[in-house]
Amino acid sequence: MSFFQMPTPGAARRLFLGRSGGLMLSGAAVALLAGNDALAAKAGGGKAADIQILNTAIGAELEAIAAYQLGAESKLLSKPVLDLALAFQSHHKEHVTLLSGTVVKLGGKAAEAKAKYNFPVDQLKAELDVLKFAASLEQGAVSAYLGAVPLFGNRDLARAAASILGDEAMHWAILRQAIGEVPVPSAFMS
Amino acid sequence: MPRRHLVPAALIALATVSPAMVAHAAPDAARGQQLYARCAACHALTFDRVGPRHCGLLGRRAGSVPDFGYSPAMKRSGIVWDEATLDQFLTKPLRMVPGSSMTYAGVPLAADRADLIAYLKSANRGAACQPVPMNG
Repeated sequence: MSFFQMPTPGAARRLFLGRSGGLMLSGAAVALLAGNDALAAKAGGGKAADIQILNTAIGAELEAIAAYQLGAESKLLSKPVLDLALAFQSHHKEHVTLLSGTVVKLGGKAAEAKAKYNFPVDQLKAELDVLKFAASLEQGAVSAYLGAVPLFGNRDLARAAASILGDEAMHWAILRQAIGEVPVPSAFMS
Repeated sequence: MPRRHLVPAALIALATVSPAMVAHAAPDAARGQQLYARCAACHALTFDRVGPRHCGLLGRRAGSVPDFGYSPAMKRSGIVWDEATLDQFLTKPLRMVPGSSMTYAGVPLAADRADLIAYLKSANRGAACQPVPMNG
């Protein structure tokens, strides 16, 4: 049963949190890179390019964090959906922590959050609008990571990006389910 | 035309459609709009995000949206966006503009690129990309 069909918000939240694999996923991703002193050495000549890829990803992650914050503060979300939005936002924060730390390890300067983000606020009038907006961002994130994975010079970074891609894809699937769309629309992502 | 002539006429018409003609079907802006969802992590039509806005893209010089933080590589690329340059860029962005912030492997299928470009052209002509008239 979907957590959106649970009889009470509390039951939905317990179901969601009970099923959430977020901690395991992020833990694995952090273990992938944290404390890896050989990272910079392994990056070799592609270091600057890898830093650029990571910083583009950080920029998109920071925007996603801001978007979920907008949704959370909109007063349009019911409790289970709000919990979901905050859980997904926490994943994006973990992504930023990992990616920013990696940029620094590579000798670069991590991208920072903008002072202001543009969002289609006038189009967000109901919970469904917020869910659709979040789903579009998550779908884009899946495509963006898919397009970034093959570009990394360092295969550990490609692996970490693929790990994040999996997380974004799960976000997208759950949001599609919440909207009433087929959660996994095809066998392949593009 | 007598009904008995319709089938042979249709067969002749089909025979004149070569595989090349089928392969080069007209770009489909509606399908391009669906493909544009791939761009939604970084781009929007009407406002800047991680990437610059796409309204006004066709005919625009690369790196020229005011106040957008382009990479130095994009600023000095000298590209003017049209169907041909967009097709080349979307194929492999970093091959055309090494150092670009668009760290994306590319859109490998020509038909997908054509449909995306058709959508961008259509959207640029559409209401979403028209300037809002000032009151007074």
